[in-house]
Amino acid sequence: MRSPSKIEQLVNEVLKGDRRSIARAISLVENNSPEAQGVIFSLYPHTGKTYIIGVTGPTGSGKSTLIEKLAKELRRKGKTVGIVCVDPTSPFTGGAFLGDRVRMQELSVDEGVFIRSMATRGNPGGLARATKDAVRVLDASGKDVVIVEAVGAGQSEVDIIKVAHTVLVVLPPGLGDEIQAIKAGMMEIGDIFVANKADRENADKTVFDIESMLDMTPQKDEWRPPVIKTIAITGEGITGLLNKIDEHREYLEAGALDIRRRQRVEAELVEAIKQRVTESVLRELKERGKFDELIKKILAREMDPYSAADMVLAWPFGLKKVEKPNI
Amino acid sequence: MSSERKIRVVVAKPGLNSHDRGAKVVARALRDAGMEVIYTGLRQTPEQIVETALQEDVDVIALSILSGAHMTLFPRIMELLKQKGLADILVFAGGILPAEDVPALKKIGIAEVFGPGTPTDTLIKFVKENVRKRE
Repeated sequence: MRSPSKIEQLVNEVLKGDRRSIARAISLVENNSPEAQGVIFSLYPHTGKTYIIGVTGPTGSGKSTLIEKLAKELRRKGKTVGIVCVDPTSPFTGGAFLGDRVRMQELSVDEGVFIRSMATRGNPGGLARATKDAVRVLDASGKDVVIVEAVGAGQSEVDIIKVAHTVLVVLPPGLGDEIQAIKAGMMEIGDIFVANKADRENADKTVFDIESMLDMTPQKDEWRPPVIKTIAITGEGITGLLNKIDEHREYLEAGALDIRRRQRVEAELVEAIKQRVTESVLRELKERGKFDELIKKILAREMDPYSAADMVLAWPFGLKKVEKPNI
Repeated sequence: MSSERKIRVVVAKPGLNSHDRGAKVVARALRDAGMEVIYTGLRQTPEQIVETALQEDVDVIALSILSGAHMTLFPRIMELLKQKGLADILVFAGGILPAEDVPALKKIGIAEVFGPGTPTDTLIKFVKENVRKRE
């Protein structure tokens, strides 16, 4: 019998919950390493067991503190927790400042919790390209719940809905008219709205504003998103919030979850096809010097980009058959 | 698909002092040099720092200390790193560290010690030249 390869060893350790291996596996998928596909290939059959909670909302709304309190409450109930915190990469320097752990210090030495910070590395939508795969690694490692903190800046940072089962939108009081700006994207993705910092002035007005906004938002299903008041810093309202998350989970499991799963897998397959087909077509075009030829024709206005793409489709090359990833 | 490696750094403040201006300057400089900087906040225990480095799979740990407790805290950090198989992480320190302690710190594996007023370019160059090379 051949001895297990490096990736097989790594994957076996991840499945046992070994923390260093979990960290390495996340780096491999995050860095798009040659081994990344093999890691996902081997882990995938072991995924799909964890419950994924997404947390989004504007900067300063208290997302990290809320996540810390949620994780602690889950730990009290005997659940293991994975946390993925996404922060933006600077488009100018490529660097990133990942500071969410500052609010989660007490969790960092709890063996039932694994926290990973990720930079977006230029990916739009509020998540990193590899966030979904990082969640998969944590899922396969046996975490009962994974909480994903998204970059919650504006209307287009809504990819969290493609990853999480239950999406929490966290809003601070005193947003005023800014809530108008938020409504377009975030009001449609929230399964539960959290009016955080409820000890501040205007908390009731925030709740009222969210409720009236929800009245105007077309409902996507029978679940009417509730609005929960919390004071994350003291932990007030966290138990109630967790109960609501459970309620939403029960609602999903009664039927909507299967539909969501299917939609998600569909979207992911479409995405993967786009990526793979584009990559391999471009590779072949470039290898045969055809890419350059087309570019020149388009530059000379002899052809428009769409006709060029149609020509590519009609080309008689067979796309390379891809073997099983190296594991 | 192309690989997208980034240098990942934990900037940590072990011990009880509550002044993190220097640490933030370092964090910012490394970020602006294109690195991913995980900032942990104040009053970290050696256990917290090492566990953070492990979970975040970092290449570098930058320790900032002003309290004078480095001869107690740093050996503990280096010991824990060794125990967890993380001895290949580049560790450097900055803050108020008496010159006579530097040889002892280097002996336990602290790669370099930077005093106040070190230009941030020096730090960046040091990190880029000394960080482990991984696949």
